[in-house]
Amino acid sequence: MSDTNIEKNINKVKSEKKMREIMTAYYIDAKTARQNNKKVAWITSGGPVEPLIAMDIIPVYPENHGAMIGASKMGIDLCEKAEAMGYSNDLCSYARADISCCTVNGGPIGGLPEPDMLVCCNNICGTVMKWYEVQARYFKVPLFIYDTPFLHKEYSAEVKRYVLRQMEEYITFLENVTGRKMDRDRMMEVGRISFEGSQLWQAVLDTAISKPSPMTAFDAFFHLALIVTLRGTNLSVEYYKGLLAEMQERAKAGIGAIPNEKYRLLWDNLPIWYRMKWLSKKFAEHDACLVADTYTSAWCGSMEYIDVNNFIGSAAEAYTRSYLNLGVDKMAEIVLSMIDKYDIDGIVMHSNRSCKPYSFGQYDIQKIVERERGIPSLLIEADMVDERSFSESQIETRIDAFIEMIRGNKAARR
Amino acid sequence: MKHLQEFQLVVVSPFEYSRQLKKDTGKKIVGYTCSYTPEEIILAAGAHPLRFFGTQENTSLADSHLQSYCCSMVRGILEEGLSGRANLLDGMVFPHTCDSIQRLSDIWRMNIPCGFHLDVILPVKLDTASSLDYMLDVLRKFRKEIGDALKTDITDTAMEKAITTMNSIRQSIRGIYDIRSQNPRLMPGEDLYTLVRASMIMERERASKLLAETLAELQAQAGKTQEDKKLKRIILAGGVCNHPDIYPMVEEAGGAIVWDDFCTGARYFSEIIKKGADPLFRIAERLINRVVCPAKHIDLDGRARHIIDLVREKDVQGVIFLLLKFCDPHAFDYPYIKQSLDEAGIPVMLMEINDPIPSGGQLATRLEAFLEML
Repeated sequence: MSDTNIEKNINKVKSEKKMREIMTAYYIDAKTARQNNKKVAWITSGGPVEPLIAMDIIPVYPENHGAMIGASKMGIDLCEKAEAMGYSNDLCSYARADISCCTVNGGPIGGLPEPDMLVCCNNICGTVMKWYEVQARYFKVPLFIYDTPFLHKEYSAEVKRYVLRQMEEYITFLENVTGRKMDRDRMMEVGRISFEGSQLWQAVLDTAISKPSPMTAFDAFFHLALIVTLRGTNLSVEYYKGLLAEMQERAKAGIGAIPNEKYRLLWDNLPIWYRMKWLSKKFAEHDACLVADTYTSAWCGSMEYIDVNNFIGSAAEAYTRSYLNLGVDKMAEIVLSMIDKYDIDGIVMHSNRSCKPYSFGQYDIQKIVERERGIPSLLIEADMVDERSFSESQIETRIDAFIEMIRGNKAARR
Repeated sequence: MKHLQEFQLVVVSPFEYSRQLKKDTGKKIVGYTCSYTPEEIILAAGAHPLRFFGTQENTSLADSHLQSYCCSMVRGILEEGLSGRANLLDGMVFPHTCDSIQRLSDIWRMNIPCGFHLDVILPVKLDTASSLDYMLDVLRKFRKEIGDALKTDITDTAMEKAITTMNSIRQSIRGIYDIRSQNPRLMPGEDLYTLVRASMIMERERASKLLAETLAELQAQAGKTQEDKKLKRIILAGGVCNHPDIYPMVEEAGGAIVWDDFCTGARYFSEIIKKGADPLFRIAERLINRVVCPAKHIDLDGRARHIIDLVREKDVQGVIFLLLKFCDPHAFDYPYIKQSLDEAGIPVMLMEINDPIPSGGQLATRLEAFLEML
């Protein structure tokens, strides 16, 4: 099949249009917050957003913005600007792009609306804390750090006490900044909606169990935006209901996301935002469908710890148990369970220069996967936003060789 | 310096030294990776704390576990474990530091069987009541866990003794820094480096004794050296410093390193543990009051203020930043600290370090140019 045919035959998700509309409206809302007497909080992608929603504060996500910068291929320019400001080019490209973007109001949407406060949860990395310190100095606004101790082995009693107390400190912080008391009933309601959104998101991802899979990880990267930015709103619940129905319908009708699914792959780490299309085409050409990934499931992975009747208390635990806040051996266990769940033939790992906590340990996970499940893995050296770290010809050759290996592996097993 | 040779021997072969110490005294050897480790608790358990700095030699074994964009310290520490050089250990302690050390702990635990493995997951923020309570919980747990691992009950008496020893070490090193800051010619910078590093490897009672004697020796000599008014007084700043070569380089270029802000230097002896009741509370208090590492949060501009204060206090003309390549916490702080120093009119030079340090020429030329400008 020719290239253009492949592209034409990759099944577009109908909900995409609606998603773009929602995101546009969301950013217009956020950018006009001041005029509407609303406060804006910048928050990390893995942070507890529900209290913000409950207090009518508009959450804005520099990481989502970073992804947009990457996808619109504006990463190199902004990263270089940050480097000119003295930031090393070895630092996270989301952080670099965001830090310089503020000073020039650049990027695809002319910069984010200025924050009234910053909320940083370190359950995804230590980088966010340094990044938010930079922004707290720049914007001179209050910073709340939600410190979720790393869970090498266990969620201990002392961690539990600490993160629970911080939930209350967080609410007090928001009350002080806004000068309003939090309505606890409203908080409960937002918690319930957030939980429902996460359940729906998990259900959407689960449709990829079907063969052929009705969606790819590339679709998941796109549709993720709402569970990140509008978690806890009815808008996101309605949207995911629609998306779920569409995916279920496809699965029922046996419509695959790619024309001819022969191999099912698992993606690890953040997307390579500026090469999504290229990668998606590349894998589709090989009849390989990336059916699942460890990244987008992070927004529903610790859902089992949520108790809707005690949202605040249980969310403290759920947020602390986020995927990137776990030991490498625990991550490997989760990868193995995903391999089984989605019937995976091979794993594609993005070794992401920007994300040390996600990437260090990948070699070990690779070995564990090979040993425990006997399936091959491919490691792609790149970066999520900074295109200078992407070598197309090298990666193309490696993908070709990897698919050959899977083909051989599958044939041998038959 | 009378004890220089003993310090040097320890620094050159820390593992052989520790192996011998273990053989001679029966002491358990406990490795650690970060200056936030509560060494006092390890000492009180009757064990010997051994700081890891990471080998700068071949790291081919670690390379199969860590990507190219990992710092040389983490890579070097993993190599010490994988190569078997560290197999004398009875246990390893990983305090929570940065994203890379966090993963190093996992990879070590999954691949290197040597004794017990304890994570001391200290809070990252240090400016709230709940983080202090959490830190106390963590220290309490560590005291229990290491006691269990070493099959010993850690008594308060043992804790007090360990605190006294560590305080004495910190006070002596500070005294040596102070006296040398006034008379930089008293002792080559490289020797100071050796002495501080040795104190993180050497049996602590011995280190305490030798450091006190060295301080007395320097005090006796202090009056006799001529102060050199032409010396350009420099501070080094950064994370770990594994580069003794930098000292003679600066000295040859007409400078003297009179203080530093390294975790393998002045941050190690920053603050002593106060007198009082609960030893764990006092240890926590020190960890909060000491000069902060950029991987922790206490405020937004404390590190810049600290360096500017040092410059004023020590009458310094320039600051040289040694940034270890791929060290994110320091790389994030550098631009704002540089800006603060610029605003204060303090000259700054940046050296990015990726082990091993590039030999000779270029670096020396840059240093000379910087010093000349001061």
